Amino acid sequence: MNLPSFSVDDDPGPDFAALVRRAGLSPAVPPGHVESRLTITHGTTCVAIRYADGVVMAGDRRATSGNLISHRTIEKVFPADRHSGVAIAGAAGPAVEMVRLFQLQLEHYEKVEGSPLSLEGKANQLSQMVRNHLPAAMQGLAVVPIFAGYDTARGAGRLFQYDVTGGRYEEFDHASTGSGSLHAGTVVKMGWRDSLDADATVDLALRALYEAADEDSATGGPDLLRGIFPVVATISSDGFQRVDDDELRARCTALLERIAAERGSATS
Amino acid sequence: MTAPFYVAPEQMMKDRADYARKGIARGRALVACTFDEGILLCAENPSRMLRKISEIYDRIAFAGVGKYNEFDQLRIAGVRHADLKGFSFSREDVDARSLANQYAQMLGQVFTHEMKPMEVEILVAEVGHEPGGDQLFHILYDGTLIDETGWCVLGGEAEAIGTRMGAAWVEGGTFAQALSAAVGALAGPERTLGVGEVEVAVLDRDGTRRTFRRIEDDVVTAVLDG
Repeated sequence: MNLPSFSVDDDPGPDFAALVRRAGLSPAVPPGHVESRLTITHGTTCVAIRYADGVVMAGDRRATSGNLISHRTIEKVFPADRHSGVAIAGAAGPAVEMVRLFQLQLEHYEKVEGSPLSLEGKANQLSQMVRNHLPAAMQGLAVVPIFAGYDTARGAGRLFQYDVTGGRYEEFDHASTGSGSLHAGTVVKMGWRDSLDADATVDLALRALYEAADEDSATGGPDLLRGIFPVVATISSDGFQRVDDDELRARCTALLERIAAERGSATS
Repeated sequence: MTAPFYVAPEQMMKDRADYARKGIARGRALVACTFDEGILLCAENPSRMLRKISEIYDRIAFAGVGKYNEFDQLRIAGVRHADLKGFSFSREDVDARSLANQYAQMLGQVFTHEMKPMEVEILVAEVGHEPGGDQLFHILYDGTLIDETGWCVLGGEAEAIGTRMGAAWVEGGTFAQALSAAVGALAGPERTLGVGEVEVAVLDRDGTRRTFRRIEDDVVTAVLDG
């Protein structure tokens, strides 16, 4: 691999995606509708919720191919950089690739320019990437992300929802994406209060994913037997931090007990 | 048509080398050295915005002296090389040696084939997981590649600064020892360098992922005054 150098009027600047295209590393868009001929792995439900100190992002761990479960431990919530995260739903392969390219885009910009992009700038970058993915989405490989982060300039959490055309919509309280998003979004909407603390917000996110898994076969619930829990992360002034599995196990156990108590029956 | 004057190849190379050396000697110098917790890079640089030291990849840093626009162009090419390589393979596969070789090729090519050689001297540093694994690649304007151990000096007056650095640097020393040695070597006996005149950054040995970190002024002040 040689040293990429360009003439002044032909320079891609800090744009990593453009550099990848120039290096011939972008995948070609498949001709014809892929999904009618092949089984595509899909990732499903993710939520993002604003709280007092930032944002909580959470996603279930299931990937499905048609009516089958293809993976039980896939991850759909990723750090984008120190103060932001991205969650994805849709065709798993292109989605994970988009996240990888997005992470590198932010890092590359920061290194080339010597300063990081603003949160708004990052959200717009992702919007462009989703827009560029539209031809593939038309072939059945749609990717719909959520972007959330801690805006260091404003000192608050912000979240952005997208559609397949790259439309970027800032949400103020919460956002959800994927096949279980209707149920998860309703649970978040019912439970959300202004200025919830981090603990309460993580519990709300877990409840939302639990209820989505209860109604949507493509969303996986917490699996105490195998020790598989949703990926949950808080993003605050301290940066992107994943909640560890021991804590998630305790919270999921408590959640199930609470639900059982609400139903008026004891857990076995 | 008149035939061009014959110039002996030796003379041509010597002229180019003199030209490049003169350009580099006009600029201020830079020192890099290893210490117990990583690699320190310290440049004499009054500017806060135009950097001589910067991040290339997780464990790799870049430093350049000489003509700013020329080494900055090399820096960006290095970032692109590293990011593309990490994207097509894995982050672990990005290494300083391969990058240093690429730089050496490019500088050598420009030195022999272009109108004007690049008036730069650059350093590619990679911090190892163990102190023995640190790498310092020093690349000259003509593509000469030197694998340095412990410390190295780039830029004008390199010999005098190197003598002072050799005397002051201790293997496996602390960050404070390394920084005082570097600033002392850059300043020399006749003057002192203040906090606003040096640019300092480190590669953290124990860091995960991106280990490059700029050192804030108050930390530098505390070390230089203490």
